[in-house]
Amino acid sequence: MGVVFYILAALTIAGGLATVLLRNLVHCALAVTIAFLGLALLFLALDAQFVGFAQIIIYIGAVAILVVFAILLTRSSDQPHGSIFSRTWLMGLIIAAAVFAVLGWAVIRSARALPNESAVPAVTVHDIGAALVGRYVLPLEIVALLLTAATIGAVIVAMHDRETPQ
Amino acid sequence: MTPLAAYLLVAALLFAIGLAGALTRRNAILVLIGIELMLNAANLNLVAFWRFSPHPEALTGMMFAIFSIAVAAGEAAVGLGLVISIYRHARTTDLDQINRMKG
Repeated sequence: MGVVFYILAALTIAGGLATVLLRNLVHCALAVTIAFLGLALLFLALDAQFVGFAQIIIYIGAVAILVVFAILLTRSSDQPHGSIFSRTWLMGLIIAAAVFAVLGWAVIRSARALPNESAVPAVTVHDIGAALVGRYVLPLEIVALLLTAATIGAVIVAMHDRETPQ
Repeated sequence: MTPLAAYLLVAALLFAIGLAGALTRRNAILVLIGIELMLNAANLNLVAFWRFSPHPEALTGMMFAIFSIAVAAGEAAVGLGLVISIYRHARTTDLDQINRMKG
């Protein structure tokens, strides 16, 4: 385990924690961008270059901007008055801690059986493209249809009603 | 600890943080961000298993992660559209105040 992994893991976890704990929603959006960046760098550290750069383009380029737009459109950027956590926050925290305990226990108990260091996979973007239009062409078409439907659906859901002018 | 176990632990921690955010925050946008963090943690699991699998040239885990990213992007677009629509209707994104199914 290199020191790079520990730095990237700390960056990602810190970004995630800041997202959940910060009070101002714009700061939360910036923190989640840092978490997405840390994940993209972790993908690059795992020799998955295509997924890493796709993560940067899609999450930092599109999803983070979309989140900032939603925050500004719903005027959530003002300082909230009162608690930022819901009334049932204790139950949520207990559930999250229990889920982490179960997942961590499973990983640590099975750590012996997990494969150790393996050779760096020789996979190029050319291979990924060939697989996408070869073996995985049907899922690719379904995802294209899904993204079209999601885009149209998002526009229709968020569109102004003509009968009730704002 | 093997590298794979370390990656899996980081993914589990990130998943728990996202779950805590989705379950405890009051703002609907933060709940969506928490769900995005959970999806990303799952992607990290998939890519880590692909990297340390005996046959990485089969590309299975990586393809799963790529399609998962695409579906998550669609989910974010529809979810944020719903939040904006709810805000226009109820004038708030506070989930403690949005407690009626009836408009």
